Amino acid sequence: MPILNKLVIFDEQNINDSLKKALSIEPKDVVMEVRESGLKGRGGAGFPTGTKWMLASSANSKQKYVVCNADEGEPGTFKDRVLLDEYTKLVFEGMVIGGYAIGANKGFLYLRGEYRYLLDKLNSYLEQMRKENRLGNNILGTNFSFDIEIRLGSGAYVCGEESALIESLEGHRGEARNRPPFPVNTGYLGSPTIVNNVETFASVHIIIAKGAEWYSKHGTSKSTGTKLLSISGDCKKPGVYEVPFGITINEILKLVEAENTKAVQVGGASGTCIPKAEFERSISFEDISTGGSVIIFNETRSMLHILENFMEFFVEESCGQCTPCRIGNVKLLDGLKKIRKGECSLSYIHELIELGKSMQIASKCGLGQSSPNPFISIMTHFENEIFSQR
Amino acid sequence: MLVTEKNALTIEIEDLTKRFGNQRESLLPILQEVQLKHGHISDFAQQEIARLLDIHPVEVYGVVTFFSFLSTEPKGRFIVRLCQTISCDLAGKEAIAHTLEKELGIKFGETTQDKKFTLEYCNCIGMCDQGPALLINEQVFTKVTPSKVIDILKKFN
Repeated sequence: MPILNKLVIFDEQNINDSLKKALSIEPKDVVMEVRESGLKGRGGAGFPTGTKWMLASSANSKQKYVVCNADEGEPGTFKDRVLLDEYTKLVFEGMVIGGYAIGANKGFLYLRGEYRYLLDKLNSYLEQMRKENRLGNNILGTNFSFDIEIRLGSGAYVCGEESALIESLEGHRGEARNRPPFPVNTGYLGSPTIVNNVETFASVHIIIAKGAEWYSKHGTSKSTGTKLLSISGDCKKPGVYEVPFGITINEILKLVEAENTKAVQVGGASGTCIPKAEFERSISFEDISTGGSVIIFNETRSMLHILENFMEFFVEESCGQCTPCRIGNVKLLDGLKKIRKGECSLSYIHELIELGKSMQIASKCGLGQSSPNPFISIMTHFENEIFSQR
Repeated sequence: MLVTEKNALTIEIEDLTKRFGNQRESLLPILQEVQLKHGHISDFAQQEIARLLDIHPVEVYGVVTFFSFLSTEPKGRFIVRLCQTISCDLAGKEAIAHTLEKELGIKFGETTQDKKFTLEYCNCIGMCDQGPALLINEQVFTKVTPSKVIDILKKFN
């Protein structure tokens, strides 16, 4: 597995005994450390992790839960697979630290069904942790007990959305819930639950080991730390890269040795398409925010073909619960098919872009709210190319 | 279905409810086990699961039909799932799709007559840097080429 560019998480020197350190301080101090680091959710939405943990820790409930979201389904994303496979300690101990911080005794790793081949390895790692008293009752001789159970998904992209994930953990269809209430007060079985991405837990491990101040020196002032990018598409060196926030698209392209690049899709199918003219923009929460998917397209690629691929994805993966997403995505895909047949007017495409904007507002969950993103960005930047294909 | 087969399946599901518990949260793990062993979740299995979890069979049916890795109809012993998402598409998914169809003599969505292989598309399986990629049951194959397809299929007997 090519792991390229190691900085913070991937630097073995930073992997210390964070668990012992975390358990030796007060839970509220763990939360404080995470808050001060400025860490934001690494799954894509970018909610401040410390705030999430503070809300869950202050919620009044005997039972609380920690959920690690390993339902990595965004097209072009594979960094969580690499973390789980090769940096297992960071992820699982990060979950234990999360449990300690909010006062939970039970954690779930929600592993996507496509990664079932990792299951035995992960379960034996948990067994190892139990033997070493890093998991189970009275961890490392303290009063704190915590255990982790791995649950598998069964092939549904929408279950990466936290409330849909919780629904599926509870044995229901993976349909997103209305929010609020948020999982931090009404989560799994109605109890306060933190749902964090695999990379977020791994980052917490490093933050506890090295301190918030050290961690926040990396990246930019609004986006502290580093980001794992899953880079694929037209380049010589695809793979997982750890980069500091603030890195520009041009710098990334140089890193992966991409040539004749026409556009870069950042954030996967639900992300945005960045044309060449904007390659000086940067990966950060204040500019282009992403869960880590970077797909590179060179000059030979048809943007219409790419966009059709994305829209087919959303038509299949929409859960069908709310109308804007269920019908909207089908309408956007139909529009593309009309273009291919030469039956589509430019004004109709402009109407579809407006429809996409309505979907962004009116859809119930993140899937429908972000599914028109590639349509809008690719149509806006590549209208001439797409219409010349009639 | 023979009565003896039904009894065996009931016992099996009872064992699963003992292992995972008979609360609603156990539904997905139970369904996944039945799917893994039998290749599908029959009407009878759904009814038995519903009875043992004390929920309406429609609740079970709703969950089975929601997830793409669970099915109500029997499939082949080996399910070939070719990733159709963009990075694998750019890496040459189309050629692999043609090869699979020709080698197996079926189209996507179909099962071979000997019930050995089912051919399906799936969405991103997280092997985007090593595409084209496919899954056969839970095994993953990367950087697949048309000639590799033949070798891969031979492994499954």
